[in-house]
Amino acid sequence: MYEWDFSILLNYRWLLLQGMGITIAFTAAIVIGGMAIGLLAAICLLSRFKILRALSLGFIEAFRCTPILVQLIWFYYALPILMGISMTPTMASLLALSCYGGAFYAEIIRGGIVSIDAGQSEAGAALGMTPGLAMRRIILPQALRRMVPPLMNQSILQFKNTSLVSVLAVPDLVYQGQMVAHDSFRPLETYTAIAVAYFAILFPLTVFVRNRERKLRTS
Amino acid sequence: MTTSAPMIEVNALRKSFGALQVLKDINFKVETGGVVALLGPSGSGKSTLLRCINLLVVPDDGAIRVGTTTFAFGPTRKPPRTRELAAFRSRTGMVFQNFNLFPHMSVLQNVMEAPVYVRKLPRKDAQDLAMAQLEKVGLSDRAHQMPETLSGGQKQRVAIARALAMEPEVMLFDEATSALDPELVSEVLLTIQQLAADGMTMVIVTHEIAFAREVADRVVFMRDGVVVEEGPARQTIDEPRMEATRTFLSHFHKGQMPR
Ligand SMILES: Nc1ncnc2c1ncn2[C@@H]1O[C@H](COP(=O)(O)OP(=O)(O)OP(=O)(O)O)[C@@H](O)[C@H]1O
Ligand SMILES: [Mg+2]
Repeated sequence: MYEWDFSILLNYRWLLLQGMGITIAFTAAIVIGGMAIGLLAAICLLSRFKILRALSLGFIEAFRCTPILVQLIWFYYALPILMGISMTPTMASLLALSCYGGAFYAEIIRGGIVSIDAGQSEAGAALGMTPGLAMRRIILPQALRRMVPPLMNQSILQFKNTSLVSVLAVPDLVYQGQMVAHDSFRPLETYTAIAVAYFAILFPLTVFVRNRERKLRTS
Repeated sequence: MTTSAPMIEVNALRKSFGALQVLKDINFKVETGGVVALLGPSGSGKSTLLRCINLLVVPDDGAIRVGTTTFAFGPTRKPPRTRELAAFRSRTGMVFQNFNLFPHMSVLQNVMEAPVYVRKLPRKDAQDLAMAQLEKVGLSDRAHQMPETLSGGQKQRVAIARALAMEPEVMLFDEATSALDPELVSEVLLTIQQLAADGMTMVIVTHEIAFAREVADRVVFMRDGVVVEEGPARQTIDEPRMEATRTFLSHFHKGQMPR
């Protein structure tokens, strides 16, 4: 029988906390970046110009249909060679994860916008609103409420996806965990603690999303 | 009725959706302060014609004049620009069958929205204007409620106030009472009748024949995308000349206007 000893991890608490900080900061950055990209891609998808629709669709499918791990590695090794620029692992990770998230956010945002009854934009148009104004004042505020639960679900996935940046040696929680496991010879305790940490952060969020979804259904 | 130039003029209007010709050479006028009821069976093109008048549907051919603004359409003409369209629509009020109130805004905000963001009135002025319109439809005490808390009849009266707050030259009604429970119809009809008495130029698509007879001064009967018959409201409804009109009217009881 294996003898668990979590106390050993206390020696590494600062390292692990630092990793956790990086994971959270990374998530915040790629959620914001991803949503900006997603909104742009969604608006292009709904544009009346075919070229914008095609570009946006190409972008979305490229990121939805390839593994995020491959994208990370590609952004770090291939993109700098193609573009003739240099990129730190952090930059490559932020870019790849934001684009990956953006591809999924775009579909959610597009779906939210088209789910609003056409009568709403007609009423706006009949009052003399331009399509842009009606989008900003009438459609988006209503669509946003419906989009919050799926956007949060996708962001929860993004939080977990940050663990992949450890392959580029970005010192997130998983990367620091690998260091700790090597150093302490206690991989079981280390990875258990890391799993518990992820769970402790994400579980309350999933409960929140569930409640929001229920409220939206009843209203 | 006044003797000045008509407020609305529709000339040789045509519209197709794909292969389906929905409007075939429509011509008609509405005098300033006049009320025209647009009648006809389902699918005859009433809604399409109404939506062409404020260019929610852009015609394929013909011309439309409202007030001093004229738009001409045709294969060789450029379609109007987004901003031109918006400016034009801001001067024509439209009321829809399903109200289309903005559910995320209070009653007052619904009515203030276009005055603030389209006419760019200062908030204070827009609010005074909005309250005055809500007063007119008898709902100023509901200003701070959300639309979902109102009855259908109240919602439609808010929609009317919202259109009036743009101080339009004309009002267009597309079956404004068709989605309402029977007991809520009369409050909306009375509001429209009040507007007519105030001298608003209106085009009203309705299945309330008794109401059309009483409130409209002219009726236009449509069938299959053409105007079948047109004339003074009472005379045309009581003694239609065309067979198609007679057939259509025979489906309705010529009852009293609901009160
Ligand atoms: N956007 C559209 N695309 C394709 N066909 C349309 C469109 N709008 C209307 N039509 C068709 O045009 C015809 C006329 O429709 P319209 O709504 O103008 O009739 P209506 O007289 O208002 O009928 P109702 O009394 O049922 O409201 C119908 O056959 C309808 O299916
Ligand atoms: Mg109709």
